[in-house]
Amino acid sequence: MASPEIETLTQALARLPGLGPRSARRAVLHLLKKREAAMAPLLRALEAVNERLVTCHVCGNVDTTDPCTICADPRRDARLLCVVEEVADLWALDRARLFPGRFHVLGGRLSALEGVRPEDLAIDSLIRRVAAGGIDEVVLAMNATLEGQTTAHYIAERIESFPVRLTQLAHGLPVGGELDYLDEGTLAQALRARRPVS
Amino acid sequence: MHIAAHAIVCAVLPHGEHGAIARLMTPEDGLQPGYVRGGRSRRLRPVLLPGNVVAAEFRARTEDQLAGLTVELVHSRGPLLGEALAAAAIDWATALSAAALPEGLPAPRLYEALDGLLGAIEHAPSARGWTAALVRYELLLLAELGFGLDLSQCVATGASEDLAFVSPRSAGAVSRAAGEAYAARLLRLPPFLRDGGEAEWPDLLDGLRLTGFFLDRDVLTDRKQAVLAARERLVQRLRRVTN
Repeated sequence: MASPEIETLTQALARLPGLGPRSARRAVLHLLKKREAAMAPLLRALEAVNERLVTCHVCGNVDTTDPCTICADPRRDARLLCVVEEVADLWALDRARLFPGRFHVLGGRLSALEGVRPEDLAIDSLIRRVAAGGIDEVVLAMNATLEGQTTAHYIAERIESFPVRLTQLAHGLPVGGELDYLDEGTLAQALRARRPVS
Repeated sequence: MHIAAHAIVCAVLPHGEHGAIARLMTPEDGLQPGYVRGGRSRRLRPVLLPGNVVAAEFRARTEDQLAGLTVELVHSRGPLLGEALAAAAIDWATALSAAALPEGLPAPRLYEALDGLLGAIEHAPSARGWTAALVRYELLLLAELGFGLDLSQCVATGASEDLAFVSPRSAGAVSRAAGEAYAARLLRLPPFLRDGGEAEWPDLLDGLRLTGFFLDRDVLTDRKQAVLAARERLVQRLRRVTN
């Protein structure tokens, strides 16, 4: 039987995504056993992030500095701007270090049933960034869902009057994907986006 | 409860970390909700796109229980997501069905109409080809929910000829002779809703204005009002096409 404090810690961990009561209990036991090696560094890291966590006023990313490390990085190509739905998408794209430009986080996607309207998203701030100039290309990196694509079309309409190149992530065959297991929608997209073999 | 049928995906909401609650339009049993285990997995995400037709199997021990749902793709409308107008129309038609219809109310005519509308969006060479189907679907949905428009005769004179307006108060048709003096306060009844056949853009936009008024007033009230934003975006896009 654990003390109320340990029980509270277990319950708090169990509420995190990917963890349930059993895995939370295992994590707590691990932290208790490795107090110096695991619990103390975790506590310091949590405190540091909690004290300094801010939302970047430029792109909407969450970081411990404002502007965030991506916006403040002079090696980033300021002429390229990638628009994503959520911070998780930004982190996924940046993890691969494939995109050399900067980002803009919308904070969601237009949704009829959830009542998310353009004014609920960071679309106006995106338009202001594009209108300010210095951007050559805007990459719309929305999810390939109905809501994601509806959002992409809406943004495309708002941006089309500005002198920037508007592009979108390709849809189709995933790397390592087998044709036999793909749905016909994905296959149709892949066929539509086929290209000559050089 | 056991329902096995081809159904149209109307709405999908995440539930838990991996699952989803999907609401599907079935031919005989109306709008049915079901829990899809692994509904947010890589395999099932492209299957559970609104507008897709799936082979669905709902199973529940009692009528009140949320059914477990398994789906297999029959026809994907995913390729249409790249087209702005088609995507906006599918978004609106499926969201309207999911928001307006009560669950479990059999509506075979609506299923047929929604299937026909989505087919028209997919195959019509231009938006003009499916906008009339959209207006007719909205009219049918109003009628199925008990807010049907009476377009058979004039509410003022009883005449059945030359009906040109609809009264916003009674939802009944008004003849040109009786309504001309009050035209500013009446909604225009486009000829294609009265006589059938094809329609031009001004008539189609009048049709959308007509159904939009009654959907706003009678069906999509309170919390459902937010759904109308998707319709507004679609209508604005259609207006740009006509310009």
